[in-house]
Amino acid sequence: MNAPTKPIDTETLRHVRQPLPHDSGPKHVQGVAQYIDDIREPEGTLHIAIGQAPKARGRLISLDVSAVRSMPGVVAVLTVADIPGKNDVSPAFGDDPLFVDSEISFLGQAVFAVVATSRDIARRAVKNAVMEIESETPSITVEDALARGETVLPDYAYGRGDVEAAVAGAPRRLEGRFRVGGQEHFYLEGQVAFAIPGEDGDIHVYSSTQHPSEVQHVVARVLDIPDSYVTCETRRMGGGFGGKESQATQWAVTASLAARVTGRPCKIRLDRDDDFILTGKRHDFRCDWRVGFDHDGRIQGYGVDLLARCGYSADLSAGVVDRAMFHADNAYWMPTVHIASKRLKTNTVSNTAFRGFGGPQGMLAIEHVMDQIAWATGRDPLDVRYVNFYRPGENVTPYGMEVEETDTLHNLVRILEETSDYRARREEIAGFNAASPIMKRGIALTPVKFGISFTLTHMNQAGALVHVYQDGSVHLNHGGTEMGQGLYVKVAQVVAEEFGIAMERVRITATTTAKVPNTSPTAASSGSDLNGMAAKIAAGAIKRRMTAHAAEIYGVPEDQIAFRDDRVFIGNESIPFDELAKKCILARVQLSEAGHYKTPKITWDRAKGTGRPFFYFAYGAACSEVIVDTLTGENRVLRTDILHDVGRSINPAIDIGQIEGGFVQGMGWLTTEELVFSKEGHLLTHAPSTYKIPVASDVPADLRVALYPNANREDTIYRSKAVGEPPIMLANSVFCALADAIHALDPSKPVPLDAPATPEAVLRACEFLRGRPMG
Amino acid sequence: MARDAIRFWRNGQPIEVTGFHPRTTLLDYLRLQERRVGTKEGCAEGDCGACTVALGRVRDGRVRYEPVNACILLLGQVDGAEVVTVEDLAAGGELHPVQSAMVAHHGSQCGFCTPGIVMSLFTLYHEARPLSRERVNDALAGNLCRCTGYRPIVDAALDACSGAAQDAFAQAGEATARALAELADGEDVMIGNEARFFAAPASEASLAALYERHPGATLVAGCTDVGLWITKGMAELEKIIWLGRVAGLDRIEDANDALTIGATVTHADAYMRLAAIDPDLGELMRRFGSAQVRASGTVGGNIANGSPIGDLAPALIVLGSTLELRQGERTRVLPLEEFFIAYRKQDRLPGEFVRSVTVPRLKGNVAFRAYKVSKRFDEDISAVMGAFKLTLEGRRIAEARVAFGGMAGIPKRAPATEAALVGLSLDDPSAWDRATAAIARDYQPLDDLRASAAYRTTVARNLVFKALSETASGETGATRVIGRREALEAAE
Repeated sequence: MNAPTKPIDTETLRHVRQPLPHDSGPKHVQGVAQYIDDIREPEGTLHIAIGQAPKARGRLISLDVSAVRSMPGVVAVLTVADIPGKNDVSPAFGDDPLFVDSEISFLGQAVFAVVATSRDIARRAVKNAVMEIESETPSITVEDALARGETVLPDYAYGRGDVEAAVAGAPRRLEGRFRVGGQEHFYLEGQVAFAIPGEDGDIHVYSSTQHPSEVQHVVARVLDIPDSYVTCETRRMGGGFGGKESQATQWAVTASLAARVTGRPCKIRLDRDDDFILTGKRHDFRCDWRVGFDHDGRIQGYGVDLLARCGYSADLSAGVVDRAMFHADNAYWMPTVHIASKRLKTNTVSNTAFRGFGGPQGMLAIEHVMDQIAWATGRDPLDVRYVNFYRPGENVTPYGMEVEETDTLHNLVRILEETSDYRARREEIAGFNAASPIMKRGIALTPVKFGISFTLTHMNQAGALVHVYQDGSVHLNHGGTEMGQGLYVKVAQVVAEEFGIAMERVRITATTTAKVPNTSPTAASSGSDLNGMAAKIAAGAIKRRMTAHAAEIYGVPEDQIAFRDDRVFIGNESIPFDELAKKCILARVQLSEAGHYKTPKITWDRAKGTGRPFFYFAYGAACSEVIVDTLTGENRVLRTDILHDVGRSINPAIDIGQIEGGFVQGMGWLTTEELVFSKEGHLLTHAPSTYKIPVASDVPADLRVALYPNANREDTIYRSKAVGEPPIMLANSVFCALADAIHALDPSKPVPLDAPATPEAVLRACEFLRGRPMG
Repeated sequence: MARDAIRFWRNGQPIEVTGFHPRTTLLDYLRLQERRVGTKEGCAEGDCGACTVALGRVRDGRVRYEPVNACILLLGQVDGAEVVTVEDLAAGGELHPVQSAMVAHHGSQCGFCTPGIVMSLFTLYHEARPLSRERVNDALAGNLCRCTGYRPIVDAALDACSGAAQDAFAQAGEATARALAELADGEDVMIGNEARFFAAPASEASLAALYERHPGATLVAGCTDVGLWITKGMAELEKIIWLGRVAGLDRIEDANDALTIGATVTHADAYMRLAAIDPDLGELMRRFGSAQVRASGTVGGNIANGSPIGDLAPALIVLGSTLELRQGERTRVLPLEEFFIAYRKQDRLPGEFVRSVTVPRLKGNVAFRAYKVSKRFDEDISAVMGAFKLTLEGRRIAEARVAFGGMAGIPKRAPATEAALVGLSLDDPSAWDRATAAIARDYQPLDDLRASAAYRTTVARNLVFKALSETASGETGATRVIGRREALEAAE
């Protein structure tokens, strides 16, 4: 079962495993790291603002933009009539128009664009349009969509055995309805794109996107030109988190269309409110669940209907909701199970990728059910989790994939239980609560098991382009994008390691579709796994040619040639790396290589609901303690202990940054971040004044983060594991700890707490347990 | 003759700017005119801090640096100040101590919030006060970071900002103070014409005359609210009068029985004076906006704009505060609670402006309690803001003043609750229901994005109970998540 891990790191590593700072760190702190809005604009650059639909559902009868056009400084007004190609900016399903043609699908939807000499003029002009709309009652909630029976994609389900019979036949049964809220990405840099027209209809578009290849492709589709005419470049994003995977495209396309129509450079940078209104969020879910279990809390059957609010179009909801299903088991064995899903269509902005990609929602539901079982059986919630963990012989997921690393899950949780002092603290907390009628404390330890790979198998590929120049400097390019996660420095570490050269020799360059084509988005936590491997393959190929050439000219066998310390050791001699590079060039040896990598082993048969969609799982666990004011619902996280499995880290500082940042972002999702839509479809929480992400004081004052020392059993880049998304779900411990604290008010009752656990939601649950429901 | 340009200090040089549109923001000036693009726009409403820059002004003979949100600060407001942006810190290829600490602690990921964070830390570095994690958290409450989870940023701050300031700005301190003193010429400033202007009168007489002539002009103190009319409302403000240079309006009179706060006293300057009245008032000020908002925003402005929540107003109302207004040569005084008439409607005549607010000190056997309940503790507008002043005779409540924000269209007293509180014994909790139940008669709050009506009513009711419990026990350790009075008093 658990094969001993192969020895690794037999050679000394110089860069890999080092906690190097982010390559842009010194530039960030001086304000000289260039974002798209910072690029010096060529003379005559125009600016764009979006004209938005004022109703959430209906038909556009007429659009009068004459008052917009006549404003001084307005150069063009773009509508659907200006689109040379297809009016479609969707990633796959053809259901995201660039501009409304006739059907209005959500409040704020782009109807037209104003192109003006300044951003201020464009934003003011946009208000002068007159729209005649035949409006209908919109669907806003899951219930609205269910009532209308409208979905963006077909329902999907899989499972094992007859779950209704298993639940009915179990010694204990529970069922419930659990709501999980959505989340705004709130990348600090809003959506932005800058398009410069070239000759023959060429477009060079700078886009703050996680997916330059898709931007390139969709710009070409809308402008009706070949992909080869479009270059998309992305040096860095000021945050992405999934929000710029598919939904940066529309703005890049708008800028490109404006550049095409006006023949001038055109830029669009959404105002923060517009960004909230016009771009999708994490899907919110209603989870209808039932579970049968024995007296120890061991699950015999689990059924869940995951009802996702997708917004008006499919966008990435196929994969997002699939991933919610893939994580509906989290770390738990379910002998009989049925996981069903609906992708509901509402007249709200189209929900999209967000760190975790549905996984967090599916996982939180089962964690809530674990708590429900604990409350019903009176057992410690951690013990209920333990009895349900995957273990040898009971290790096949509901979708038929074997969980090979059950030892990692058990060991990691056991260690955290010890280091967090979980048992003693639970006892101490019980004593505190008994003596404290108003303030209640709670604690929870929750695990994370997260599948790594795109579940669309073909996306698990990446390319890199490496050049070695005659002075021994190296140009590095790959298809991955930098959004702050430290991908660029990690891949540079890999390349510097391969050549045995100093980091300073490796020049990190902006991602561009002209250098590495046909890439996948930087998403699914896959950035380092895929691009690191592709870059290693490219550098390795160059190194092999350099080795062969050195072997030839020095008459030394290849296995006696080594690259390290910026030199090439050839038998008993050594020469500087750049000297060998020069010799290679003189001898007409190619010092450039395009590397390509595709993830092995993965298969997925969606029709049958079975396969191995994931190359491996990443694990983690967190233990959080909270205090709750049961008179107001206000609360604080007092301490969090995290143990997380990143395999053997390529850069522990970067990885810890991902873990802490992900945890805090997850904490925000489950506590203070609340999206409120009006009945008419207005997003009422549309800016940081009304939508509250965590600030510094929300972070637990006592935060202890450790890496679990564990080489990836799969052959990944330096045996590391992906780390982008899994830490989000460490925050489940905060949600469960809040429920635990509330539970102390009346241990005989389950806690009716939905996510996000805002002070209002917490107080509502408190008042319910006190027997005086809030109404 | 009024001066027709603003003057400020930048990189050791005086800068003069004129002919700008009155509603030009400092951020647009920096990014579009100066073309210094290190300062970022994250939200354009003063909530994310990506645009944070430091303003240096002379206080008590020394240059004090304060963080401000450049996105909602008008360019004209930097008159007389030193403007420091993120590009100015590194000198001769050497990073500033806060910059190198941020790199060393891995304090940046995507880097977009980083310039603002660096500038907030720059002001903290120059505070040269003893640092705690809590103090750093307060300094960073107005800087959102979505990547790091803040821990490395706080570590960088603790590392870099603990000692005395020794950077180039500290070394140039005296010269800068002299230069800023020279800029303070006491002249009225008038940029533009009668139809469109940015004016910064230097005296109350000039202000009164100008405002009487242009009653439709927009008065701006800190611009933390009006800034959003510009950036979000796209308001066509053509006439703006900035109060920041009016001599005397920034005065604080700290008398024995009352504190009088001039209309342009910032929250930052009022903070400690109000905290001296009661620890809860200090805690309210600590959580008011953010360091950036407190450095720009004023107590007078917060009252004058008539927010229905007005975090400070309910507390000031129960303390019996009064407001002094002036129109032309005429002044009048009225109780603060009478100033608020209806939603966003105040008792302020055309051409009339707020001069000062006077806050009586607590005397005798009284218990004051203020509670701000919001979705997020820091930098959030309250869902419910409750304030209580209970006058005691022994263990019995002899008199009660109670006011709430967020429960009606204006900050408002709770007469039914007050009446029900009078006569209650602190030793008989079984009778407290009478008072907690009265809340429902005082208020019919609305559902909105911050909270439901049911939550507001329940919290208000529970706060009455909490105020009684805390008054009865004299403790807050068992009733508060944060802001325990014992800790606040110990810290003083």
